Amino acid sequence: MSILRVENAEARYEGHIIFENLCLDVIKGKITTIIGPNGCGKSTLLKTMGRILKPKVGKVYLQEQDINTLPTQEIAKRLTLLPQNPVAPGELEVEELISYGRYPHRKNISKLTTEDKEKIEWALEITHILPYRNRPLGSLSGGQRQKVWLAMALAQDTTVLLLDEPTTYLDLAHQLDVLQIVENLNQHHQCTVVMVLHDINHAARFSHEIVGMRDGNIIATGSPDEMITVDILKQIFHIDARIMVDPFNGSPVCFGYESALAEEGLELLTKKENVAT
Amino acid sequence: MVNKNRVPKLIIFTAPLLFVLVIFLSILFGAKSIEPMTIWNAIFHYHADNVDHAIIQSSRFPRALGALLVGAYLAISGALMQGMTRNYLASPSIMGVTDGSVFVITLCMVFIPSLSSYQMISASMIGSALGAIIVFGFGNLVRNGLSPIRLAIIGTVIGTFLSSLSAAIASYFQVSQNVSFWYNARLHQIDPSMLKLAIPFGVIGIILALYVSKSITILSLGEDISIALGQRTKYIKVMSMLAVIFLTGTAVALVGKIGFVGLIIPHMTRFLVGIDYKWVIPCAGIVGGLFLAVCDILSRFINYPFETPIGVLTAIIGVPFFLYLIRTKGGKNVV
Repeated sequence: MSILRVENAEARYEGHIIFENLCLDVIKGKITTIIGPNGCGKSTLLKTMGRILKPKVGKVYLQEQDINTLPTQEIAKRLTLLPQNPVAPGELEVEELISYGRYPHRKNISKLTTEDKEKIEWALEITHILPYRNRPLGSLSGGQRQKVWLAMALAQDTTVLLLDEPTTYLDLAHQLDVLQIVENLNQHHQCTVVMVLHDINHAARFSHEIVGMRDGNIIATGSPDEMITVDILKQIFHIDARIMVDPFNGSPVCFGYESALAEEGLELLTKKENVAT
Repeated sequence: MVNKNRVPKLIIFTAPLLFVLVIFLSILFGAKSIEPMTIWNAIFHYHADNVDHAIIQSSRFPRALGALLVGAYLAISGALMQGMTRNYLASPSIMGVTDGSVFVITLCMVFIPSLSSYQMISASMIGSALGAIIVFGFGNLVRNGLSPIRLAIIGTVIGTFLSSLSAAIASYFQVSQNVSFWYNARLHQIDPSMLKLAIPFGVIGIILALYVSKSITILSLGEDISIALGQRTKYIKVMSMLAVIFLTGTAVALVGKIGFVGLIIPHMTRFLVGIDYKWVIPCAGIVGGLFLAVCDILSRFINYPFETPIGVLTAIIGVPFFLYLIRTKGGKNVV
């Protein structure tokens, strides 16, 4: 069942068409990951779904309701978006920032209710940042900070979570950490997640559904097994990928790639290996 | 959390006392010395034919109160602008708001010379709005135009353009003297009738500012985040700009151009009370008012018995502080 639907959307940036006639169904309770080269419109699509950008043409439906007709505060109770590289004053303390996640639920903004406090506590716990709850943001590492932002989005207690490149600039361990938090939310807290990722192996491992974009078009949509293939990756990224299955969890892994413009010999090699897998 | 709110609460609770103190000192010190007892009598046993009483009521008291109000108005405007644009260089004097005001006032002096105080304030507010619309309009048109440096450049360029245009119009129609007399900070000759109007106009601006103050904190996390949190960002921005227009327009109409207060006071205030605008806005008003009133008192002593222009004082204190800010906080006050 679709929880978030984009219908014939068109987006422009400074006169240029980023995409037009774009349709996408986000399945409820699943993790959907958008992949594609830089500038293909991934972030724009995510922002359109999160009503940060209003589509010039077309509509976005959240639980079958036109997002344009819903009050923004009402949307914020059901859907949130964490932008790429959010920026906050460095003096702000972790818990204080997370408490802003309760903003759409609060009638009296100056007092936190018991429910607010519980949600904040839960968000701190689930993102493993309890030890630095009183630290100022400026004193944290990039990875820690990203988890704090994620916690703020979680405190908002929405069923839909949109994440724009949540692992960018993080080291390997923190990337995994963030994605495992996302996985946990999806599995145990019925959270529908749509995210933009650059790492196709992360996309393969953590998503139920992958959306492949290029030049403002959705090239293909499908499960990781269907999407992380030589053929599709060539269409999306113009690369010749070498793919095998990770024996640890059975998800496809791209362990190497060449530019699709490279010599034919390499291409042959790739094909052979693909057959082998 | 409890001890964090101690400083802003301390500032707010001691404010009335400090206001009375600076007004008292401001009345006390001047070209003609006045005895403390005379001030008491001027308030409680006023005699119209007593020269000192007359000076206090028509000149010294309006001046002291005017300095407090203008300082507060400009500081609150600056705090609002810095919060909503997330730009630590934003302030009414850098963003073309004051120059817009001066421009429209100049036009009025040329074409409709006999303006009442009320019309003067209105014209000044229209000018503030004009300046702000041009600068932010350009900022929105230009790519990344709202980034700190670009907006400061756009604001300075447009501000300079508007003030040059004002100067050209003034000299062409030979009203230069009137105009420069008018807009060069004239704290020492506040028109009491204008002051009476400046209070209600300013109060509207302050109420608007306090109304949006909590939302400004959310907005200062970035536009995308505040939309994601369900804030009506456009509405908040319009309300904030309206507050800025009321406050800056009134301040300029009352005393002309005074630089740096709107820029440095919000920084000082955040340094003292943190970054929650619920506290920053009222405290900036208090600190700004006191700052300008104290500068005004000091301006009478630097070159005694002659008065030093207040702009000199605010710049002498403001510029080093501003450079200090760039040096220490230039890159790292946001993460």
